[in-house]
Amino acid sequence: MNEIKPTKSIGVRTPLVDGPEKVSGKALYSADFNPSDCLVGRIFRSPVSHAEIIDVDISAAQALPGVKAVITGDETDETFGILPVARFEYPLARDKVRYKGEPVACVAAIDVETAQKAIDLIKFKYKELPAYFTSQEAMAEGAVYIHDHREGNIEREVDFELGEVDEGFEAADFIMEETFNCAEIAQVQMEPHAAIAEYDPTRDFMTVHASTQVPYYGHLMLAKTLKMEESQIRMIKPFVGGGFGCRTECLNVELICALVARAAGGTVRIVVSREETFITHRGRPETDVEMKIGLTKDGMITAVDYKAIQRGGAFSGYGVVTILYSGGLMFGVYDLQAVRYKGLRVLTNTPPPGAMRGHGITDVRYAFESLLDKMAMELGIDTLEIRRKNLLQGPKYETLNEMFINSYGLPECLDWVEKASDWKKRKGKMGLYKGLGVACAHYPSGASKPVNWSGEPHATVHLKLDWDGSITLLTGAPEIGQGSTTMATQCAAEVLGLDISRFQSLTSDSKLTPKDNGSYSSRVTYMVGNASIDAATNLKTILLEAAAKKLEVKPEDVECLGEVYRAGTQDEGLTFNEVVKAALEGTGTITVKGNFDTLPESWGTKKYRGGAISGSMAYAYAAQVVEVSIDPETFDITVVKVWAAQDVGKALNPLAVEGQIEGSVWMGMGQAISEGTQYHNGLGITNSMLDYRVPTIVESPPIEVGIIESIDPHGPFGAKEAGETSLISFIPAFTNAIADALGVRPLDLPVTPDRLMELVENSTSNKKAAE
Amino acid sequence: MSEKRNISLLHCTVNGKERDDVVKDNLLLADYLREEIGLTGTKIGCDGGECGCCTVLIDGVPQHACLRLAATCQDAEIETIEALAEQNRLSALQRGFHEKLGTQCGFCTPGMIMAAEGLLRENPNPNEDEIRQGLAANICRCTGYIKIIEAVQFAVDELDSKGKAA
Repeated sequence: MNEIKPTKSIGVRTPLVDGPEKVSGKALYSADFNPSDCLVGRIFRSPVSHAEIIDVDISAAQALPGVKAVITGDETDETFGILPVARFEYPLARDKVRYKGEPVACVAAIDVETAQKAIDLIKFKYKELPAYFTSQEAMAEGAVYIHDHREGNIEREVDFELGEVDEGFEAADFIMEETFNCAEIAQVQMEPHAAIAEYDPTRDFMTVHASTQVPYYGHLMLAKTLKMEESQIRMIKPFVGGGFGCRTECLNVELICALVARAAGGTVRIVVSREETFITHRGRPETDVEMKIGLTKDGMITAVDYKAIQRGGAFSGYGVVTILYSGGLMFGVYDLQAVRYKGLRVLTNTPPPGAMRGHGITDVRYAFESLLDKMAMELGIDTLEIRRKNLLQGPKYETLNEMFINSYGLPECLDWVEKASDWKKRKGKMGLYKGLGVACAHYPSGASKPVNWSGEPHATVHLKLDWDGSITLLTGAPEIGQGSTTMATQCAAEVLGLDISRFQSLTSDSKLTPKDNGSYSSRVTYMVGNASIDAATNLKTILLEAAAKKLEVKPEDVECLGEVYRAGTQDEGLTFNEVVKAALEGTGTITVKGNFDTLPESWGTKKYRGGAISGSMAYAYAAQVVEVSIDPETFDITVVKVWAAQDVGKALNPLAVEGQIEGSVWMGMGQAISEGTQYHNGLGITNSMLDYRVPTIVESPPIEVGIIESIDPHGPFGAKEAGETSLISFIPAFTNAIADALGVRPLDLPVTPDRLMELVENSTSNKKAAE
Repeated sequence: MSEKRNISLLHCTVNGKERDDVVKDNLLLADYLREEIGLTGTKIGCDGGECGCCTVLIDGVPQHACLRLAATCQDAEIETIEALAEQNRLSALQRGFHEKLGTQCGFCTPGMIMAAEGLLRENPNPNEDEIRQGLAANICRCTGYIKIIEAVQFAVDELDSKGKAA
């Protein structure tokens, strides 16, 4: 007789529970909903970068047959925005437009042609104002304020000094500083933004499907801008074609769609173009970093002093968090005892950036890891070794800004990449035009303080058990391709010892699923995973009690083997279905709840304003080695191979963890080698996937993934963040590899062949001039 | 009359089914499939020919449905992602993309699979380089392409062993 065992789910390579829909074309995304009475929504956008609105004349558009509604900024005087402290954006501009492409009006019509004709009939009268397309222009003396309440066009200034920085530099044997420029990056998620809003005038009820990572925040902003009760709105997130942070705040698309649907008294779908998706933006801001590091002669860091200036676009979005993250997240990778930071988030007349993957820390980490590498080479210290020397002494470790590091697999990550890349034999010995570089990074597993404090738990999961023996997992957590529904199912299945085929799932529908804050800041695995474990534990208690009653023993004497519950090894026991039947007797369908809350120790520092933002329950760690080869004539850079080690705490689903790490590395490579938006007088000139160059399959390197499991004490089965950290480490590892290959070090991103050629030529002519 | 209204009578085969439809001359094949027939498996990810999400097979050859007018598909045989499953079972390519995690968000997946389908019909045993070349017109923003290559290799192995068994 086979021994009965609970089914294992954790640590098992598990294809996504919603994979079959995706590979068969059955998965429905927002643009795939098209009821027969659906109107087409089109947005009229500002042709200028900065102007006072004199008039938006929509009379001719309204008179066009087939047009059902035309709305302007008059439709709502309520603002929206992710952060309660910076909510200054209107769905449709009022009084002023502040970037080229900002929505001004919207048409709902019976078909695309009519909608476009109506758009062409809108007469927009405006008085142009001076416009600023760089941080420097916007901060210059005499510049007009883009927002009256933001003097000098500074959205947020952050200043802190933790530890004795001047003394740290005095104690240093070697000090260097360097200035870096990192281009603005767009997510270029494959699905352009889309929403479909169905307004029921008889009930004054609004149903919205939207491509979002944060249906709950969208729900809040819909209620605010529509001036409707939250209970009169149903927000649904269908399948979503990627996010990477471009949808971690409510976007104007879904708000405009709902506003125009109400005006039309029906259903409207807005599917914006790829160009409009670029304009909606919310990517990584262009960032200038001035970095200064002090080292002892044997490579110990004595002090860090740096400044970050972010071109913040016309509205804050997540900007205040971004500039705070650029400071707070300097801590937690290495043992730093003196850090000074100044951050400036600047308002400009360009589309607003947001919280892109690797939010806030990517460009600053790049600058730090690049300069540290350079100094190690000058001191003659191995560049991997200098990182090892400065590791934290922990866990448990408390940083200067009161981040608690409870799990720390970075030393093992470094060991792994050193061995896998054959570092000791190959680094510095590969000859001209070939090189190896290393870098480290970390990233939080969700912010411990939510954006909108409501006093509710961070995550709630429901499990519904019914007469048929199936369990439905209900979560508001938005599945956007990262595998969150699979993860939550695995967690519950593991606790109950059942195969995941016992489970169905229902996600992100405000009418049916418990609220969830959304898929951002790598919070879902940690928080929703824990809530799922809690729910399954509660369900198990009920099942054990029901089995005990049936078996006429005490609950603690019942053993749960997943499909069988028994009292002792000699007992034949009850099947799962029999236990379910017993549990439902007299009560009917059972729905249990599980919660997760963060611990107060993770709530971050109060040492400076906004410091709490960096607090997280756990941080994931990455070390990466990148090998490059450079064409001596064209300076084309080939990424030959990447070795990516990441401490994910515990790989709940090693298949999905690999997928996340590979995708992160690759997205970091895009930023490093070719990506970057460009504007000509505020007009986006890279708003297509031909002009904004993301890497194709042809130039994408092999990536060897090393999963390190440090087992976080509070993570679900020990798990932490898996989808962002390895993006951050790629970029400096890549430029460090170029420095190894050529002896010159690129500072500005992206490192295109023409820039690299110029760098090499300048360095050669400088050397000749010196001789 | 029909010339003045710029419409055509389109006769074509979509996923094995013969159709006769009245279509506007400016209707894109992608919109014909998605909006007129309701085959929303074919995705639109860009403003024309940049991303490959809308790749379908026209007479067995992978093409961008967003760069083709429906009216030019007279008598053509069009295949979309919805046609791939065989006898209620996912095809080898579909299983590869599912089991090897060649799909994350899934938005590029229909186009990616149709491009791979076209490749394997032309070359049933492509090496890694040939897979890369065959999928060069399809962008994926989630996977870094590693597991997409593995997914196609999975299908190649499956089809190969099936061929040997037969």
